[in-house]
Amino acid sequence: MMAVLVGKHTRLIVQGLTGKEGSFHAEQCMKAGTNVVGGVTPNKGGTTHEINGVQLPIFNTVDDARKATQANTTVIFVPPPFAADAIMEAGSAGIELIICITEGIPVVDMMRVKQFLQDECPDSRLIGPNCPGVITPGEAKIGIMPVHIHLPGRVGVVSRSGTLTYEAVDQLTQRGIGQSTCIGIGGDPINGTNFIDCLALFQADPDTDAIIMIGEIGGTAEEEAAAYAKANVTKPIVCFIAGQTAPPGKRMGHAGAIISGGKGTAEEKMKALREAGIAVVESPADMGATLANLLTAKV
Amino acid sequence: MKIHEYQAKSIFAQYGIAVPNGFVATTPSGAVEAAAKLSTPKVVVKAQIHAGGRGKGGGVKVVDNNAQAVETAANAILGMQLVTHQTGPEGQKVKTVLVEEGSNIVRELYLAIVMDRDTSRPVLMASTEGGMDIEKVAEETPEKLLKTYIHPSLGLQAFQTRQVCYGLGLNPTQAKQATQLMQGLYKMFIEKDCSLVEINPMIVTADDAVFALDGKVNFDSNALYRHPELVAMRDTDEEDPLEVEASKFNLNYIKLDGEVACMVNGAGLAMATMDIVKLYGSAPANFLDVGGSATDEALENAFRIIMSDVAVKVVFINIFGGILRCDKLASGVVKAAKALDMKLPIVIRMKGTNVDLGKQILADSGLRYEVGETLEEAAAKVVACLNKTAVAV
Repeated sequence: MMAVLVGKHTRLIVQGLTGKEGSFHAEQCMKAGTNVVGGVTPNKGGTTHEINGVQLPIFNTVDDARKATQANTTVIFVPPPFAADAIMEAGSAGIELIICITEGIPVVDMMRVKQFLQDECPDSRLIGPNCPGVITPGEAKIGIMPVHIHLPGRVGVVSRSGTLTYEAVDQLTQRGIGQSTCIGIGGDPINGTNFIDCLALFQADPDTDAIIMIGEIGGTAEEEAAAYAKANVTKPIVCFIAGQTAPPGKRMGHAGAIISGGKGTAEEKMKALREAGIAVVESPADMGATLANLLTAKV
Repeated sequence: MKIHEYQAKSIFAQYGIAVPNGFVATTPSGAVEAAAKLSTPKVVVKAQIHAGGRGKGGGVKVVDNNAQAVETAANAILGMQLVTHQTGPEGQKVKTVLVEEGSNIVRELYLAIVMDRDTSRPVLMASTEGGMDIEKVAEETPEKLLKTYIHPSLGLQAFQTRQVCYGLGLNPTQAKQATQLMQGLYKMFIEKDCSLVEINPMIVTADDAVFALDGKVNFDSNALYRHPELVAMRDTDEEDPLEVEASKFNLNYIKLDGEVACMVNGAGLAMATMDIVKLYGSAPANFLDVGGSATDEALENAFRIIMSDVAVKVVFINIFGGILRCDKLASGVVKAAKALDMKLPIVIRMKGTNVDLGKQILADSGLRYEVGETLEEAAAKVVACLNKTAVAV
């Protein structure tokens, strides 16, 4: 099985491996079967970092790490002031998949990162920042999600939220419905991979039969995804939009979750998604059951 | 983070953006002194609160530049509970006024820069409809809103400012000043990590001068770590006291009007929890994301803060343990509930990492609570608790 983005083919390096967060989550990723091949911490190159009895090589730069390990994926756990630089370094070194977990990167920094990746590293894909990462259950986990709630299977999940994704996954697993790949695209106003990219990946993936999409207030990414899905996606989609009760003008935890200038309300998003033929649920408790019904109806 | 108009104008001035001469005052006599330093026949006394719509609420007065008129105006504004469409019915107390030179206004224009999420770059917006509600302009007469997208590495180009100046119908004398103003505004937007800078109105005077008559600035909270000078401008009196308290512990808390206190990890799940409370016929008292790395102290304080809202009748704890382990959450809640001598009903729904350990801690605590296994079961129990409370009263 292949699913999308991450799997048995993944060779992962961890930027910030020697830090507390990086070290802890690298261990969890390894336990879930991910092939971690090294880490990057400036000024610690040439040393090793032990995780679970494995001595992982540490490199000063991503470029060194890639040359020595043939890494194709990186996960970033560096603090916000240094995270934008870490993303650009990974792209510049030719890493194909960059997953940035860091929360709290200034928007102006992300604006520059986005332009840099577009201009200089068109073959690199960024997931996040401010996201839980990506998991292909049974193959590889790259991020901070609890692995035990997942089940290998054929439903793709894409979401702007972390714990709400776990909720959706849990509802599926409780019903015996597994997941192909779960992608957290992050809660920031400027991010890398968006809903449309993920819908395209899932539509093209022979191992994905249906999709759960979890949006939230702020911006217009869900509306654009609705238009894209209407024209391009034939697989069934269930969607929930968080923040139906959120007041305007307040940032609801995520930097990107804010209704501003009367735009970005849950109501508008749900309307656009419904008009695109997507099964929009009002209650977050109904994601799993609704998807199960759609799968049954399809058979 | 938001700041006051007078603070925005002080930053404008640093970036070469023309603003009317003016001084702040916190007393009527201070306002009189401020006006004495101004040379125009009319002065404007403006209430300094974060909310918009101050003029309609009586918070802005244009008066003759003499001591008596200024004192009367300042006396009326200082200390008033200013109610605008953005303050809520209780209004906001005015502590400071800005006393400015009156301007001979010929035209009122609109100018703003915001970060555009679709293109991931700043967009400069301008309109001939200054002083108006710009959202209305965008909706009803979109052709009157000029937009130009700014390249992140190249910055605002001369051809872009020319387009805007011609679009606004400025003569060459005015255009020269407006160009300087736009360049300054963009520089400020980037250097100060703004999410919004707005000049509404940008005025043209009878002698062809271009000024920022009113200014609104919001900053990207993620970037405040590199702007101590902006953090120093924060006025916590303009914020909800519970939100200020929560921010001390890095908790994402927003006070709402309902009766169900919500304690959740993760912003998306926190919003979804509010949503399901509403779907079951009640209303959330707050948004609270305790985050993934909450310390024991933060968890205890989170509980204390949601409980200090007097409207709360029931507590809904919804935790999906990932990085935040359920056992840690449970011990934090038990500690806080005991310290507060908690009498209100609690409904707890826990899933994920170390959930069994968490449930054991709760069971051994002697705390009274109900458990919902699923989201819908928990929401139903929350509402059932509310109904019981209602009957008891």
